[in-house]
Amino acid sequence: MSAALHRRDVVKALLQDRGDILVVAGLGSSAWDCTAAGDHPLTFPLWGAMGSACMIGLGLALAQPRRRVLVVTGDGEMLMGLGSLASIGVQRPDNLAIVVLDNERYGETGMQKTHTAYGTDLAAIAAACGFAKAEIIRSVSQIAGVRAGIHRAEGPRFYQVKVASDPDPLVLPPRDGAYLKHRFRDALLGRSPATDSVTDSVTD
Amino acid sequence: MRRKTPGKALDSSLDWPAAIHRALKSHGVRQVSYVPDAGHKRLIELCHADGSMAAVPLTTEEEGIGLAAGAWLGGERAALLMQSSGVGNCVNVLTLATNCKFPLLMLITMRGEKGELNPWQIPMGQATPETLRRGGVRVFRVDRATDAFARVGAAALLAFDGHTAVAVTISQRLIGIKSFQEPR
Repeated sequence: MSAALHRRDVVKALLQDRGDILVVAGLGSSAWDCTAAGDHPLTFPLWGAMGSACMIGLGLALAQPRRRVLVVTGDGEMLMGLGSLASIGVQRPDNLAIVVLDNERYGETGMQKTHTAYGTDLAAIAAACGFAKAEIIRSVSQIAGVRAGIHRAEGPRFYQVKVASDPDPLVLPPRDGAYLKHRFRDALLGRSPATDSVTDSVTD
Repeated sequence: MRRKTPGKALDSSLDWPAAIHRALKSHGVRQVSYVPDAGHKRLIELCHADGSMAAVPLTTEEEGIGLAAGAWLGGERAALLMQSSGVGNCVNVLTLATNCKFPLLMLITMRGEKGELNPWQIPMGQATPETLRRGGVRVFRVDRATDAFARVGAAALLAFDGHTAVAVTISQRLIGIKSFQEPR
């Protein structure tokens, strides 16, 4: 049994030289981890709407089929949106990957145990929902494979990464949701929000 | 009170689901998510049959708010179909749309209105417009089939150009009363 993985190291390894990947970060520690790895306009961190991270990833993956999309979230956030795994399983976007940083705790509310501490197997749920790949990751030797999976392999893919529950320093992303949205769209679509007129996107 | 024919729409003279589908297309909607409602049956079928739209079945309505946000981040427009009972499921996640000023276009078929035969539908149906408004959603209503195209179009403009959360509630008058009688 190797030493427990550290969530900051895992996220840093996954997002180093991130290329053109699009990232959605679930609320709480996962958003802080992604920010600690380097605040980036093509990372959309959540400050609320618990349970929504994977569905935002799905909408983004369907809208941008040529780009890789990664959702980084926690076990508590994932548990609140378990149904979204079934909804993703229906669409099966091949460019979507989900990484759940599973410390088996609700880290923002007093470290209460989550269902995964009692044995809930999120990867098995994702596999049963039709993900192309779903596995539990426990050792540092597996991280290179996760990285290859999220950047290159056919999705949808799901990695439940067991991590230590030690607290990390807060590294907070910007808090203004409209700013986070606009900078993401500007970086991805290359147009100013002011030009979002109906005339440039109506197809009919 | 005059009793209407069970199971029959009260305003079925015009194909309003097709009018809504045309309105969604004319505003460039590419992702249509839904938790089914009998009132949305035809619109859901039209969206599934439309090669320019991704029809996305949801397990619960709030998933569609996340989907719409992701679609917009990626440069696409989305709409979310549900029955009024699903509005209660959406309340916390509305913060995603309102805080970030994401466009959100919800099309809500009403239950719990005049003629409802299932009393369990009434509390959420009656609370739907107020729940939406308190959550920061602008509410439009369609009472007549002939208004469907224009009202959904106006809602789409406000949502996508105004970066606003908008709901269109579709009167039970258009949908009919669920009869609870065979055959279904």
